[in-house]
Formats: sequence, structure tokens, C-alpha cells
Amino acid sequence: MSLAEAAFIQAVDGVPLKIKLARAERKRKLKAVGLVLPLFLFVVITFLSPLLVMTLKSVENEETFGRLDRTREALASWSGQDLPDEAAFAALAADLKIAGEQRLAGEIAKRINYEFPGAQSKFKTITRKVAAMETGPYRETFLSTDAAWGNPKLWRVIQGASGKYTAYYWLSAVDLRQGASGIEQVPANQAVFLDVYGRTFWIAGLVTGLTLVLGFPVAYLLATQPASRANVLMIFVMLPFWTSLLVRTTAWFVLLRNEGPLNDLAQLLIGSRFDMIFTRFATILAMTHIQLPFTLLPIYSVMKTIPPSHVRAARSLGAGPFLAFWRVYFPQTVPGIAAGCLLTFILSLGYYITPALVGGPRDQMVSNYVSYYMNNIINFGQASALGATLLIITLVLYWAYNRLVGIDKMKLG
Amino acid sequence: MSTSERPGNRRGLAGKPGDFVEFIDIQKTYDGETLVVKNLNLSIRHGEFLTLLGPSGSGKTTSLMMLAGFEVPTQGRIELDGRRINDMAPHKRDIGMVFQNYALFPHMTVEENLAFPLQVRRMPRADIEQKVERALEMVQLSQMRKRRPAQLSGGQQQRVALARALVFDPKLILMDEPLGALDKQLREHMQIEIKHIHQKLDVTVVYVTHDQSEALTMSDRVAVFNDGVVQQLATPTDLYERPENAFVAQFIGESNKLRGVVSSQNGKECIVNVNGHGDVRAVPIRANGPGNKTTLSLRPERVRINPTDGVFTNQFDAQVEELIYLGDHTRARVSVLGTDDFVIKLPNAEGVPDLAPGSPIRIGWKPEDCRALDWS
Repeated sequence: MSLAEAAFIQAVDGVPLKIKLARAERKRKLKAVGLVLPLFLFVVITFLSPLLVMTLKSVENEETFGRLDRTREALASWSGQDLPDEAAFAALAADLKIAGEQRLAGEIAKRINYEFPGAQSKFKTITRKVAAMETGPYRETFLSTDAAWGNPKLWRVIQGASGKYTAYYWLSAVDLRQGASGIEQVPANQAVFLDVYGRTFWIAGLVTGLTLVLGFPVAYLLATQPASRANVLMIFVMLPFWTSLLVRTTAWFVLLRNEGPLNDLAQLLIGSRFDMIFTRFATILAMTHIQLPFTLLPIYSVMKTIPPSHVRAARSLGAGPFLAFWRVYFPQTVPGIAAGCLLTFILSLGYYITPALVGGPRDQMVSNYVSYYMNNIINFGQASALGATLLIITLVLYWAYNRLVGIDKMKLG
Repeated sequence: MSTSERPGNRRGLAGKPGDFVEFIDIQKTYDGETLVVKNLNLSIRHGEFLTLLGPSGSGKTTSLMMLAGFEVPTQGRIELDGRRINDMAPHKRDIGMVFQNYALFPHMTVEENLAFPLQVRRMPRADIEQKVERALEMVQLSQMRKRRPAQLSGGQQQRVALARALVFDPKLILMDEPLGALDKQLREHMQIEIKHIHQKLDVTVVYVTHDQSEALTMSDRVAVFNDGVVQQLATPTDLYERPENAFVAQFIGESNKLRGVVSSQNGKECIVNVNGHGDVRAVPIRANGPGNKTTLSLRPERVRINPTDGVFTNQFDAQVEELIYLGDHTRARVSVLGTDDFVIKLPNAEGVPDLAPGSPIRIGWKPEDCRALDWS
């Protein structure tokens, strides 16, 4: 029936049926919206807004924007290759004078220092110097104070930092930088993050693979046991779930350290101790232990839905035990495997406490660097760019999963 | 699937006919305390359609699973085509099986489901295609070949399951309540269809059901199970007309039960005193001579109301308690011989009987329709 026809259908009192339906449903819809609203607001306030703020921080020059306005104007006509003119030096001197009075020069210096290492001390010296000066010429003063002021690169950094937005943090998160002639790779001795991402992916992938290899047979055992026994076994699987992550990691720390029980045993049996704590081995071991239930439970829940008659049917149709498993049972567990592995992989990408406590310096993952920039250096821009990169990678993985398996097929617990 | 390929046929010519599958002294227990199957002896002839019928927990499905190889007999021997198969793995038995919920593989299309048993047998691709095609035609699902089981109706899924169990030309097909999930109309249709396929292909079918009308419709012979024991193994006609014990009489169709004590008995007839309310003449089947208790069994449709005097040797006064009009017949519940749940079926062939609840009537039946069975 066409829409025009539908509009003509009327209820007994002459009101079009569609309007009647909308009226009758309105109350129910309002109720439904009312029930969902608190959670929706919660998600917006606690998840979406921090995400937005964090992303903004990673592209903003919050330390320098508005504090180097004169310099920016003076540099507007600068070629970027040679030494800026006296006006630019005078403008920077004026900006620094004001910043010095407002005690903001330190922040500017720190920001410039990210991109031009060593700039911080030069800024401090020159700020003190220009504060005492009434008139120019500034260019000679600057250049006589430090030859670095004659470096066009420093001026390019100052110019870049004077704007509202910067790509510096994002470029830096993937080991790139703004060079004299466009985007370039940072020198090998300064490149850290690609290596960190690679390491993070490798650890997450290895942990995912290990939990799958260990978890799949256990899930199968659980799914095929009678309910009473399966419940008891399930408690053992869930136990780590109910213990704090920090406590479990600390337990591994105690077990694996050089004077720990494992090394005591090794000493007793073969007369030597092993370096286990602060190694990749310890990181992988502890992470696998923690992640095992996350991989196992989705697989288990999918296995529970596979009727035993499927394998029996395959057997009666002539397939041996392995063939029946491989061609009939296993393909049906794939949505569970995909869900469990995706969950573990994504969670493993964000691991922080475990590598920090039991891993060595070469086992630190992206999250450890996020924490380092947040807590040690107070460089929110870099921390945000690293975190956001991780988020983007996760979303891409999720998208790929949806294309390959389909989110609607995912079964979690 | 030409008949000459069937190994059972060869055996039918060469060996002794009549026992394609044999259960010999089979006992089965799961917990070591109670027997699910007690001393089962059952011979299944080549090419027959044999139904294991019984209430749930009677051991019929367990017996089927032992034949399929999914359960191991605790005691006894199962022979298939003269070979002991107790310890043979299920996939080596070459037995087709249709499961209760079809057990179609959800990740494969109809075509792939049908090809599965052929692929695992490493058949050449061309042969597989040909056999799948033929099986699809047999169940009229050629257009559905590319669909997944979830996209099919229950009836279509059932046909796929049937085709899959037949596609590799097994010598024996087992069916475990295959029609249980279908609605009544479709179920009756499929019963006929399965029966026709059985006749056309000349396979041996062992069919499990708890639905007695299904068993009677489809089977050459029916084994009635109860309490782990075969109560009676007979053709549908014999089962209905000549039940050998009170359980079978009750389970197959409907029957009136009258309990009494034998007062006299000869080979052909016995007289049973029903609790002092009257003497009934009956055929002694499991009656154990004068003085012993017996249960009389009588089909409701064999009772006549207000018969001419002297036509029946069993005639009694009764009173109508309740009348239920059912279209093709009327059910009358009457009280007679001290019981008030005695049912009479009055066919509508001669019009609706002119009766009213509370009215006194005379009822009668032939002694040969009344069977004196074991006490129950």
C-alpha cells in the first residue's frame, strides 16, 4: 500500500490511524527514553567528553597560544629560511617581557623545548636579559647571548608554537616531525614510539595467542561437562577475575623475583637462578594469566550453544573424531574465538600496571609512555596524542572485525 | 540408489534372511544401579520399517544410540549384517541418522550439508555433485541448495536432514523422533513422505517415536518399549487388535480397563468376575486360570449400545455420565460394572445417538473383542 493510501486510513472517530498510533505509543516511548537517559548522560559525561577534551589537547598549543602574538605577526612575512629581522626579535622580546611579568615564560620555554631541545635554558636567560632592557637593538643582544638565536629552526619552532593548533604531538607520536621542507622522519636516535607500538602489538598478539591456545581446550572441557561439575571448574576459571589486577600482578612479582619461591626451587633443583622478574617473559606470563578468562568466556558461551548432536551427526555421516571436530564443531566456535581474541587483544594493547611492575625497560607499552608524559613530564599534549593513536588503532581493529566476522555475531559471556 | 548396490540385499540372497540387525541380550546402565535397557533381544529384518515406540525413559532412544554407536552396551552383543559392531566407531558403521532437531550444520549451505558425508568418504567431485543433485530432487529442495539451514522452514530442514542421511546410500537409517518439532499437519504429511521414500529406496529404517499414531501409520512392525523391556513386537494391526499385555493395550489406542478375578477358563474363553458386579466373557491371553486376577481390555469402538437381546453374550446395564460430541463420533462416558470411566465411541455414520446424561442404557460386546490380560 502506498503512503498516500495509508494516510487515508482513519480510526472510527475520523482521526488518521497513523496519528492515533503515534499518540498511543508516545507514552511508552517517553518511558523508554527516560530509562535510557541516565546511562546516556553518564556515557557522554564520563566517556565522550573526556575523549573530546583529550583529543583537543593533543592538537592545541595551550602553553604558548596568545602569549606570542606579537612575534607571530612579526614573523608573518618571514621566509623561514634566513635570519628574521630586527622587528621579529623586538616582538619576541616584547612577548617575553610580558610573559616574564606574568610568570608564564617558563611554560613557553618548556613548550619550545619539546621541539627544540635545549631551548628552555636559552629562553630563561634571554627573558631575564630583555626584562632589564628598555630599548633595542634586540637582535644583537639575542645573538650575543646565544648563537642558537641565529638558527632559523628555532624561529620556525617559535612560529609553529605561536598558533592555536599544532600537529607536533601527532607527528611525534609516530616518530615524524615538521622539518624545513615538510614532514620528515625524526633521527633514528630520537625515534621511540614506532618501536613502542610495535612492541605493544607484539606483546598483545602473543598474549592473545597464548590465551587462545590455553583457553580453547578448557572452554571445550567446561562446555562438555555436566552442569554440576562445569560450575565447580568455572569457579577456578573465574577466581582470577574476582581478584584485583594489582594484587595478581604483585603475586607474580613475588613469585618471579630473584629471591622468590620459583628461583629458590630452581636453586634447589639445578643449582642456579634465572632472571625472570623485569623481563619480557614475566610480562607475557602475568598478562596471559590475567587475560585468560577474557578469551575463554566468549568461547565457552558459544560452545554451550552448539548442540552435541552436531558432532554426533557428523560422526554418523562418516567423519572420524578429528574431522567431525574440525569441520563441524570448530567452525561454529569461530565467532566466540574472534570475540575473545579481539577482547584480549584490545585490552592487552592498553596494559599498564603489569609491564610497569614485572617488565623491564624494554617491555614498557604505549600506556606506560602515556603515563610517563602525564605524570613525569606533565606534557598532556603528547600523552593525549599517544592515547588517541591507540584509540584509533582499536577502532580500526573493531571495524576490521566487523567486516570479517560481524559485530552481531559476537558473543561475550 | 539402485537396489542391487545394497549389501543387505546380497546378504538377503546369501545368508539367512530376516535378521539384518540383531540386539542379543543387551543390557545398558548409565550409573551402575538402574538398567535403562533390560535384556533386549530384537531382530530387525532387512528392508523393514521398524519403530521403537514407548514413553520417555523407556529405553527406546538408548537402544537406538547403541545401534548408532554413541552408547556402548553394558552387556550383550549388537550385530549388523552378521558382524558384531559393539566396539565399532560410529563413523565406520555406515548408518544414516536423522536427529530429533535435525542437527543440520548451521555454517554450511543445504548443498554443503548434503555433500559432507560424501566428502569425508573422499568421493570424486563429479560423483558428489550428482548424488547431491539426486538427493535434493528426492526431497524437492533443488531451489534451496544455496540456503543456510536457518533460512529454511522446519519442514524443509527436516527434508534436508532426511536427504543428508540418505545421500551416501547407507544400508540402515535411524530416525530419532524426527518429526517431533513439526506441527500436526506437516507431521502427518512427512509421515507419508518418509514412508514412500522407504518403499522406493528399499532401505532398513529404525524409527523412534513416542507418538503411537505415527508408529501405526509408518511401520511394518512396532516394538513397544516400557521400563527398558520390549512389551510386544508386532505389526500395527496385531498391536492394536491383539495387544498381549495391559501396557500395550493402554498405550496403543484407547481401551477400557476392567479388573477382575477369573472364575473359569478354557482355551478359548474365560469368565471373569468384575468385583462382584457381573461376569464378563473374554479371550484368555494372559489370564492364569481360575482364582487369579486379570485386567480386561476392551476397545471403546467395539461396544454397542442398546443391542438386540441375545446378540452379545456380554450385556450389562449402564448409565450415561457424560457425552462429548466430536464430529465424526460421539464419546460417551458411562458407568458400568462398578466403574464410571468406561468409554464408548459412537460413530456418526448412523446419525447422532439420542442419549442424554443420566439416562439408563444397555451395552454389549463380543467376548472375542475383550481380552483378559495381565493384572496391572
